[in-house]
Amino acid sequence: MLAYLIRRLFAAAVMLVVIIMVVFGIFFLVPKWAGVDIALSFVGKQADPAAIEGVRQKLGLGDPIYAQVWEFFKGIFAGRTYTGGGDTIHCSAPCFGYSFRSEQAVWPVLTDRFPVTLGLALGAAVLWLVLGVAAGVLSALKRGSLWDRGAMVVALAGVSLPIYFTGMLSLAIFAYGLNWIDAQYVPLEDSFGGWFGGMILPWITLAFLYAAMYARITRATMMEILGEDYIRTARAKGLKEQTVIGKHAMRSTMTPILTMLGMDLGALIGGAILTESTFNLPGLGRAVLDAIRNQDLPIIVGVTLITSLAVLFANLVVDILYAVIDPRVRLS
Amino acid sequence: MTELSKTGAAVGEPTGASPAPTSFLEVRDLKVHFPTDDGLVKSVDGLSFQLEKGKTLGIVGESGSGKSVTSLGIMGLHTAGQYGKRKAQISGEIWLDGTELLSADPDHVRKLRGREMAMIFQDPLSALHPYYTIGQQIVEAYRIHHDVDKKTARRRAVEMLDRVGIPQPDKRVDNYPHEFSGGMRQRAMIAMSLVNNPELLIADEPTTALDVTVQAQILDLIRDLQKEFGSAVIVITHDLGVVAELADDILVMYGGRCVERGPAEKVFYEPRHPYTWGLLGSMPRLDREQQERLIPVKGSPPSLINVPSGCAFNPRCPYADLPKDDVTRTVRPELAEVGSRHWAACHLSKEQRERIWTEEIAPKL
Amino acid sequence: MSDEKAVTIPAQSEGEDRTGGEVLLKVTGLQKHFPIKKGLLQRQVGAVHAVDGLDFEVRSGETLGVVGESGCGKSTMGRLITRLLEPTGGKVEFQGKDITHLGVAGMRPLRRDVQMIFQDPYSSLNPRHTIGTIIGAPFKLQGVEPEGGIKKEVQRLLSVVGLNPEHYNRYPHEFSGGQRQRIGIARALALNPKLVVADEPVSALDVSIQAQVVNLLDDLQEELGLTYVIIAHDLSVVRHVSDRIAVMYLGKIVELADRDLLYKSPMHPYTKALMSAVPIPDPRRKNAKSERILLKGDVPSPISPPSGCRFHTRCWKATEICKTTEPKLIELRPGQQVACHHPENFADQAPQDTVLLTAAKEAAELVADEVLAESAETSAAVAAEVEAAAEAAEEVEAAAETEAAKGTKAPKETQVTKEADEK
Repeated sequence: MLAYLIRRLFAAAVMLVVIIMVVFGIFFLVPKWAGVDIALSFVGKQADPAAIEGVRQKLGLGDPIYAQVWEFFKGIFAGRTYTGGGDTIHCSAPCFGYSFRSEQAVWPVLTDRFPVTLGLALGAAVLWLVLGVAAGVLSALKRGSLWDRGAMVVALAGVSLPIYFTGMLSLAIFAYGLNWIDAQYVPLEDSFGGWFGGMILPWITLAFLYAAMYARITRATMMEILGEDYIRTARAKGLKEQTVIGKHAMRSTMTPILTMLGMDLGALIGGAILTESTFNLPGLGRAVLDAIRNQDLPIIVGVTLITSLAVLFANLVVDILYAVIDPRVRLS
Repeated sequence: MTELSKTGAAVGEPTGASPAPTSFLEVRDLKVHFPTDDGLVKSVDGLSFQLEKGKTLGIVGESGSGKSVTSLGIMGLHTAGQYGKRKAQISGEIWLDGTELLSADPDHVRKLRGREMAMIFQDPLSALHPYYTIGQQIVEAYRIHHDVDKKTARRRAVEMLDRVGIPQPDKRVDNYPHEFSGGMRQRAMIAMSLVNNPELLIADEPTTALDVTVQAQILDLIRDLQKEFGSAVIVITHDLGVVAELADDILVMYGGRCVERGPAEKVFYEPRHPYTWGLLGSMPRLDREQQERLIPVKGSPPSLINVPSGCAFNPRCPYADLPKDDVTRTVRPELAEVGSRHWAACHLSKEQRERIWTEEIAPKL
Repeated sequence: MSDEKAVTIPAQSEGEDRTGGEVLLKVTGLQKHFPIKKGLLQRQVGAVHAVDGLDFEVRSGETLGVVGESGCGKSTMGRLITRLLEPTGGKVEFQGKDITHLGVAGMRPLRRDVQMIFQDPYSSLNPRHTIGTIIGAPFKLQGVEPEGGIKKEVQRLLSVVGLNPEHYNRYPHEFSGGQRQRIGIARALALNPKLVVADEPVSALDVSIQAQVVNLLDDLQEELGLTYVIIAHDLSVVRHVSDRIAVMYLGKIVELADRDLLYKSPMHPYTKALMSAVPIPDPRRKNAKSERILLKGDVPSPISPPSGCRFHTRCWKATEICKTTEPKLIELRPGQQVACHHPENFADQAPQDTVLLTAAKEAAELVADEVLAESAETSAAVAAEVEAAAEAAEEVEAAAETEAAKGTKAPKETQVTKEADEK
């Protein structure tokens, strides 16, 4: 078990390094090869050559690539110092650079926005897990019934309808039409009620999409598991049907669902762009959308790295949970 | 279906309104049908037999002959896992120790499962839950039927593991199924099924997934345990060697029905059904001189949706044309007594069958 | 019964032409180890010794049966000699040509001569192809244009294996298990192979269908002069189809002998136990279980096979030498090679070593006294005989050799002593 854990951790660390290199490559090398001057996009087109040269020095754009990669890494893990153009700025770890537009450090921007996204993702995950798994299990048990068919049609709708459609629709009905909710984001620190009220529609909208997927997977897995020999054995022991399903079948059904959950949560923490922009939530997704619009490279790089990190972390957690659930994993 | 229930009603013993169970287990005119998209699958179509405590019945047949479904029917598991509309249909009577199971309260039958009647399955790896330890699974089986704490149940589990010959049972009890070898797993499965001292044990192909030398160990174990516990045992298998080792009585199934039933010795030495002859002739035997050629049964097993009319075996039977008026293709033969406690369902006359067996079949085996 | 046995030994041996064909396949020191990786860096920490040094020959026109329990390496062996797997060590020669490390291109011409039949007739046929396409595929792969076209040839093959040629356009799911196995056989036969390796060809089939396929394999061998290597776990099937039989245990051949020698007087204790374990379809023998040798426990792991003789952990005859020295596979009697220090039905190869291992004592408890006594007497009788033979002049040896050609002397003698015991 310990070796398994260490191996997973080690693999995650290696993966992290690879991701950072790839991100660096995509954002700093590809533009260079394409002939785009990053320093230019920092200072603006009308800037004087001295300023451009200063920025170039600061960012180390003239240095050899290995030195640039090293500085980039160093910035993330230990902080770095930008020198050039007559002044020196220290950027403490984790340093993702400075926004081209607001000239703010990227990291605080990310940490400001992160709780919003995390709240959105976790809240929605709880919702969709409960709804999706329950609907899936019921469907599997009442195969071919009206409930099953109905649930699967709704699930199909959930999977195929885009977030901005369901989001807008829910806003139109519940916030503007019925006026039940005030669809404004309020930070959690300010007021729990306000935060909850502002989050409830995004949660439902996001959960609807994912619950649909989870219901389908749960149904399929549950049906397969119910055909397993060990389920028959459980029944042959004289167990009640509730125990057979709730204990023996559920534990096996959770394995693939957990895998999905890890991936989905990881991806969502990196920013639910559509949901956040539909509901105007100041999360990471919004941040990256704005950054793309403004060609604000450091912010994009920062969010990309945070997303990768989140996926990596979520996968690590899933791997560990996996080993807890399935004893066979511990050995191999 | 209606037509069949008419003809199927008179298999072997008289059935219907005579609830007089004289045997420990008595199955009367059991039918298990599964509705599917392609039609009604008549897996078991009118099966009757009795079994006493301390005795072993061997049910022999090929895949799709209905032998496994019979065992599930007795256990009340024929509908298990069938959620939705198309449930298996079951009819007939199953008397276990004076209780008729098909008309009994399902929850009562559930309480009998695992306690009065238990089952061993073919593949112990897939029949044990991969996420729970062997101990947890045996403890669970014991505590459903006994109101004891976990410690007591665990002691019982260790004791059972020891009884079925698992070394270091107090350590192995905490192992997961995948940490056991195939033979050990089947031993654990047997320990689990016997933990409540059931009076009826159904073993469905208990050794098919095992190696020969392990099979010998398990057969030995089943025999010993039966002597010790005195339970009634049903062994379901396709292997005539296994039934010969274990069974007192043999029931040969074909196309969902019994074609021959009798004491093991009779079925092996004086078989009275062409299908039984076919099984004996198809099988290379280590205990005999090398046969020049095997005598296979031509064709394939019947579809259970469109069972051939008349005798289900008629398309494969080399003697189908012997009886007059094409009866083999039109009339379904009923089980008829051919010797003491020995029945066969065949249109050939007793004399014809005796002659064919002694002159044509037996010398070639 | 025993009378019959004694009478038929010479008769059957006569019928067999052991030395008949040329050597088609020669295997020397064949090994296959599958690496096991573990730990942080997934370093190789060991290997599954699936096949660990095999030597045998397959002569043209014969059937070599290979039996053993799961994990003995018999299937790996099949995949090695058909070169579906790359051997770790040793040599495979086909018709005198070394094919051990031939690449895909190098093997292509050989694929015509060596074909394989698989166990599972359900998964070995592509469900999306018609059987015409499946059976015709080898022609296309090899770029062979049979006389009269592929379709005609495929239809001919279908009728050869007993299927209706009109079913050319049907899909595998429309056929029963037995018929699918026939399709598999037709595909294997398409290019007129010399050697057919069949891995458990009948074990997925029902008893009545098994016999059909076994007979078909028999007929095809006779008609087409095929050479078979048939791998199976079912000893009765193997006895029925084979001329010679190799018994494998944990990656090694423990005994390789002519069929009748092996079944009438097995020399390796494992062979003996294996055969006695087969349930006999005869209820009258139900209570006469004393001949059965129950082995203790399970087959050890092929990851760290036992030292010396790999069977020593479960053998009731094992002594110190079995633990330390690996017995060589040697021909103790014409037509019967055995790897054992203390063979059954033959003179002890290490008579000085008499102290049983503790494990052996435990194992012996599972073996009935009669069996032990009988085996001891037989061995003593053979030992005396071997001694006598050694003392005799060379002419006797020459005579023995001529005897060997038709029947061999030793088994007959053994048989006689055995009968005496039984009576």
